[in-house]
Amino acid sequence: MNFKDQREKFRSKAISAKEAVKEAMQKIKNDNLNIFINDFETQALKQADFIDNNFEKFKNTPLSGVPIAHKDIFCTNGLKTTCGSKMLENFVPPYDSTVIKNCNEAGSIMVAKTNMDEFAMGSSNETSYFGAVSNPWNSDLVPGGSSGGAAACVAADITSISTGTDTGGSIRQPAALCGVTGLKPTYGLVSRWGMIAFCSSMDQAGPFSRDAFGCAALLDAMASYDEKDSTCSKRVEKNFESLLTKNFGSLKIGVIKNIDSLGINTDVMQSYETSKSVLTGLGHKLKEVDFSELSSGICSYYVIAPAECSSNLSRFDGVKYGYRASNQKDISNLYMETRSEGFGDEVKKRILIGTHVLSAGFYDAYYLQAQKVRRMIKNKFESIFKDVDLIFMPTTLDQAFEKNRKDSDPNRMYKEDLLTIPANLAGLPAISFPNGFKNSLPVGGQFIGNYFSEDLLLATTHKIQEVTDWHKMTP
Amino acid sequence: MAQNDTLIKGWQPVIGLEVHVQLMTNTKLFSPAKNKFGEDANTLVDLIDMGLPGVLPVLNEGAMRQGIKFGLATSAKIAKTMIFDRKNYFYPDLPKGYQITQLHFPIVKDGVVDVNGKEVRIHQAHLEEDAGKSMHDKYDDRSVIDLNRSGVPLLEIVSEPDLRSASEAVDYLKKIHQIITYLDISDGNMSQGSMRCDANISIMRPDADEFGTRAEIKNINSFKFVEKAINFEIKRQIKILENGNKVEQETRLYDAVKDETRSMRTKEFANDYRYFPCPDLVPTNISDELIEDVRKNMDELPEEKESRFRSQYNLDEYEAKVLCAEKITAKFYEEVCEVTDPILSAKWIIGEINALLNKHDVSLAESKINSKNFAGLIMKIKDGTISGKIAKEVLEEMWQTGSDSQEIIKSKGLEQISDESELESIAQSILDNNPSQVEAFKSGKDKLFGFFVGQVMKETQGKANPGAVNAILKRLLSN
Repeated sequence: MNFKDQREKFRSKAISAKEAVKEAMQKIKNDNLNIFINDFETQALKQADFIDNNFEKFKNTPLSGVPIAHKDIFCTNGLKTTCGSKMLENFVPPYDSTVIKNCNEAGSIMVAKTNMDEFAMGSSNETSYFGAVSNPWNSDLVPGGSSGGAAACVAADITSISTGTDTGGSIRQPAALCGVTGLKPTYGLVSRWGMIAFCSSMDQAGPFSRDAFGCAALLDAMASYDEKDSTCSKRVEKNFESLLTKNFGSLKIGVIKNIDSLGINTDVMQSYETSKSVLTGLGHKLKEVDFSELSSGICSYYVIAPAECSSNLSRFDGVKYGYRASNQKDISNLYMETRSEGFGDEVKKRILIGTHVLSAGFYDAYYLQAQKVRRMIKNKFESIFKDVDLIFMPTTLDQAFEKNRKDSDPNRMYKEDLLTIPANLAGLPAISFPNGFKNSLPVGGQFIGNYFSEDLLLATTHKIQEVTDWHKMTP
Repeated sequence: MAQNDTLIKGWQPVIGLEVHVQLMTNTKLFSPAKNKFGEDANTLVDLIDMGLPGVLPVLNEGAMRQGIKFGLATSAKIAKTMIFDRKNYFYPDLPKGYQITQLHFPIVKDGVVDVNGKEVRIHQAHLEEDAGKSMHDKYDDRSVIDLNRSGVPLLEIVSEPDLRSASEAVDYLKKIHQIITYLDISDGNMSQGSMRCDANISIMRPDADEFGTRAEIKNINSFKFVEKAINFEIKRQIKILENGNKVEQETRLYDAVKDETRSMRTKEFANDYRYFPCPDLVPTNISDELIEDVRKNMDELPEEKESRFRSQYNLDEYEAKVLCAEKITAKFYEEVCEVTDPILSAKWIIGEINALLNKHDVSLAESKINSKNFAGLIMKIKDGTISGKIAKEVLEEMWQTGSDSQEIIKSKGLEQISDESELESIAQSILDNNPSQVEAFKSGKDKLFGFFVGQVMKETQGKANPGAVNAILKRLLSN
């Protein structure tokens, strides 16, 4: 069921929040795709009662009585938050992240927390300590990552909305591979308080739903200015749901010159071309823009993100919380063994890379250079947005791929993020939506917009979804 | 460059200090937890100070204002934009695995302080967070951590290598201490760790072009130890160089018990802190308005107070300097002056109070002397109720008990005896008991007058009014 119908059933009292939660719990119990790390039936039923008992209060909130699954990266007060890692397998935070708090206040009910790549590092959900998630369209395939569980949860119709985080494409890539809509907001729109950090300067939480409508409503709930996050922007509050139907008129949409030279799969390219004609059909104008710097983004990203992660993950040392290696003879061994045993290979690899690029003698060559490339890409976007309203391109190079495919070639896995990373480097908002169906699998396309243009991204996607059906397909 | 009077065996010591000052703020540098000393372990700890997953720092503007104040007091440049960096290292009492500090864009740069007429340059002063405290001797089988100090705001004040002797280094440190306590930037309490000092020391021949290799001595926590540690280190380095060896660049620890410095780690084992800008904090702009606001609300600086004391209370340069050395003394003095004689009070504070403080090695704040009981004492001297000699006795008692001077005088019966008839009867009995001395006096031995005065004083335990005694004796002996 799509989000709008789900919410309407509650608002019209066709179904109580409790019944909605029970339905979702049933589906969670039947899940054989390993979408969830923990579910919270008792708490969810209690919360549903609370919402039902306060119907008047919640009938007009953005997420009235709708079950939601949260990525297991958001701290939940009194409930396990693992971040997909053995390190935090039994970690119970004493506080709620702002996203969780906002979603609770908006009337949604958390039923479970979704599987993810360990500490959000991965593009296939295979780095999770709790095992890989299967793609709902074909269980031999990956759902993408790192928010693979979140995307699969919506695609498999378990909940109509879910939260994710996107550092280098972790919302948009799984949205594309699972055939759902996912939005990465402008950096600073959604508070990072209580969201376990991977790369602080790029991490941004965002919504998943079948369609732009669900994403808009969930973003209305998630986004709030938060004094607890110094990187959160003070800005004019917008109501994204009501802005969905705003007429932005005929847009100038930038398409990247020579994008076919980036190694994009022909099926993905075909869907891309089809979407372009949908856009012109809606009265928009396409304009070719030069963005030859696009592919250097990935090099910058894979220096900056590991650098920040090496520092962000230092706190997991076995001293205060989380996993601790037993029977260590001194503090140095405690650190080494805890971190060797508690982290998976991908996380360790990135910590090592990050430590290296920040170390004396390498900082200038790597970290500083990567920051220069990052600034160059940001500047390039800024100049492009003087000329166009949105940029349109495929979300990924390929469709969903087989599990275990790329272990032998890590660079190829990193390249998965080629088209998503630039928006993260620049802090721009971007939305991925289903724009084709090839080989019995969905294809995704994305819009990248200027800062704080989520309303435009959502409304434009919403218009497309009024005239296409890709987002309605279910496995 | 070298000043010859600071040469030791022909070597010129070159010293720079890094002073860590805990800032007086309501809350910590990046968390809403209270910034206080001496509370039960782990009671002043927020999620942020624990470094929980998902928490984020938010800068305390109060700490920023303290930094600006220090910059203004040292005629420094205050940053238009300051940037926080992460300094990464593993330590159990460092919950995040990194310290948030300022490396390239500190809040304060290029300051200067006057140390005995010499300008000592301050390279920079930067804001950073303190770590928690590990305790290894509390239990036999484990170490424990107190995070109350975790996240307490520090200002690290880094001098240029402008100091040339241990005593000059101490004078510089005292000057810094004076500034930070005067401006309520810090309580400056070294024994509680509110002010800690690292010293960089090298030696060179006076005609050398370059400084020698330096050693850094970490965490020295008293003025006395700073002097001792530096002097030990200078001697150690001279010995090394004169034996034809090389000083190694290293970090050393001062052992106060053995009065020596010991190697902690050499350069090759130095930490690589992997500094990089903290992505959780945006560059902070410091507006001219904020700086002006801080300036407007700033207290008087020591030099300003000294010159005011000289004109307002008619003190000489020395007196004003001593009274203004510490803000608490100056404040004490001004409170006393509100009720009694400024000159007499100044003399008693500089002489007797300071002697007591030194003797017992406590601060005025810790003592039982307060401006009220002390002012009472001065008034008793001034109106002749007690003599200076008795007043010292009263002050001693006041030091012990904190009692009011009136009470002490009364309970100990120290009031000066000025009663004519009482004094006359005492004097007469002295004369009656010493007939031979009276005989000798009358036959021309004038010096014996002092003997009679002394006897009266002895009999009255010094309480007799000396003027009255003189007059009475003169009258009786002339009969």
